[in-house]
Amino acid sequence: MVSLFIKSLNLGLGEFWKVATSPIALSAYNVTFLTALIAAVINGVMGTILAWILVRYDFPGRKLVDALIDIPFALPTSVAGLVLTTIYSPNGWLGQLFAPFGIKIAYTRLGVFVAMLFISLPFVVRTLQPVLGELEPEVEEAAASLGANNGQIFWRVIFPPLLPPILTGVALGFSRAVGEFGSIVIIASNMPFVDLIAPVLVFQKLEQYDYTGATIIGTILLLTSLFFLLIINLLQQWGRRYAN
Amino acid sequence: MPTKRKSVTSKWLLIFVGLSYLFLILLLPAINVFYEAFHGGIAKFLESFKDADLIQAIILTVTVALIAVPLNTIFGLCAAWVLARNRFPGRALFLSILDLPFSVSPIVVGLMLVLLYGRNGWFGPILEQADIKIIFALPGIVLATAFVTMPFVAREVIPVLEEMGSQQEESARILGANDWQIFWRIIVPNIRLALIYGVLLTNARAMGEFGAVAVVSGSILGQTATLPIYVEQAYKDYHTQSAFAAAVILALLGVFTLIIKEFLERKGQLHSHSNRTNY
Repeated sequence: MVSLFIKSLNLGLGEFWKVATSPIALSAYNVTFLTALIAAVINGVMGTILAWILVRYDFPGRKLVDALIDIPFALPTSVAGLVLTTIYSPNGWLGQLFAPFGIKIAYTRLGVFVAMLFISLPFVVRTLQPVLGELEPEVEEAAASLGANNGQIFWRVIFPPLLPPILTGVALGFSRAVGEFGSIVIIASNMPFVDLIAPVLVFQKLEQYDYTGATIIGTILLLTSLFFLLIINLLQQWGRRYAN
Repeated sequence: MPTKRKSVTSKWLLIFVGLSYLFLILLLPAINVFYEAFHGGIAKFLESFKDADLIQAIILTVTVALIAVPLNTIFGLCAAWVLARNRFPGRALFLSILDLPFSVSPIVVGLMLVLLYGRNGWFGPILEQADIKIIFALPGIVLATAFVTMPFVAREVIPVLEEMGSQQEESARILGANDWQIFWRIIVPNIRLALIYGVLLTNARAMGEFGAVAVVSGSILGQTATLPIYVEQAYKDYHTQSAFAAAVILALLGVFTLIIKEFLERKGQLHSHSNRTNY
């Protein structure tokens, strides 16, 4: 890590800035960060629903569903890329449902999106489950008996303590999606200005022996993940305040 | 009670929405691996294993795991013990650094190794003189794998060590046990399940790592391609059947890991869901 920073410091600020904000890099950040953000937010909502039904409701197969949440952790990323590309290609299981409408998913930015959706799904569920498990239904019953309606109970009683773990999960999922390489390099066409993400850009620059370019984009990625590590730590501290 | 009926409806509605999403996003891809590998019949599946490159990839993957996993098990145990038993300035920083491999892109990990050990890297000239090849060779793959799998054992063991406290260790010491005896008779039995799970996670990630290995290995089929890289290369070369045959091996490893996790959690000593989000 030290070597990465020193190497980029040696380049001088002017050179660094020029490569870091070149059009191809800017478009790669756009594809990476914006797509990851959308995927992380959607998983924030769906993850909350999943955590809720897993903790609060009993239904057949609940234990199995709970175990399935970990699939993206257990499946190597290149395998994920391979199956997602197969499923979402125009004659794949899901791709053929979209093909008649002229929507292509594999080899487009939508492919990047579904891969990010896949790999960032477990984070919100796993951060939320323990907090939700400790929440006492008595408090909700007390609120109800004091005359609160369902909307009030949810927004005033249930939601506030859940917000820190939800945001922590979204941040974890986002930073995982931003760094993802294996599944996306397979499902995307990796064309500059179309669906090229920043980690693939670093990889391509390395393949072309452009070590300077790779170092600069890599430094940007590293700084982003350090920044998000800080955010996640702060969110966890905020969550701990609720726990006490 | 109208509210009661309403809450039952919303319960099943939420379950329906949640499970449909899970099915579409997670379960369908997982089923697809096995479908694609086996729908042409077992014979066709087995035929893929005649490919020497695939066999080489399996051997390389196992070799890398055999080196990286024990290394990180020992490191993880030491780090966990130091972090759980001592309070020292910079402990929080140490904990954050331990988590770095989870949050840094694997591509950046590979890049850092190339900058250090590559031909133009810091140690490049020294290594070239000594005729040691790290990048595009086995040592580079092992280094990359060791880096990305570093935190798993420590992360699993720390909470258990913290919960068990140091009383038993101190009593044993007063009764005259030496460090070795304390480790094997007191610590290992207590952390057993967490340790097994940590090692399993380390192994799963070690065998499945793609990004960091892709950067440092050069992805040469038959030489430096591990199983996950073989999957990608075979798919790119339109050997779809071989790609899925290799993918099934990796998927089975994943299924095995998840089953053991369930089993350990039911035995109860594993901290269910604690720190389980940091992958």
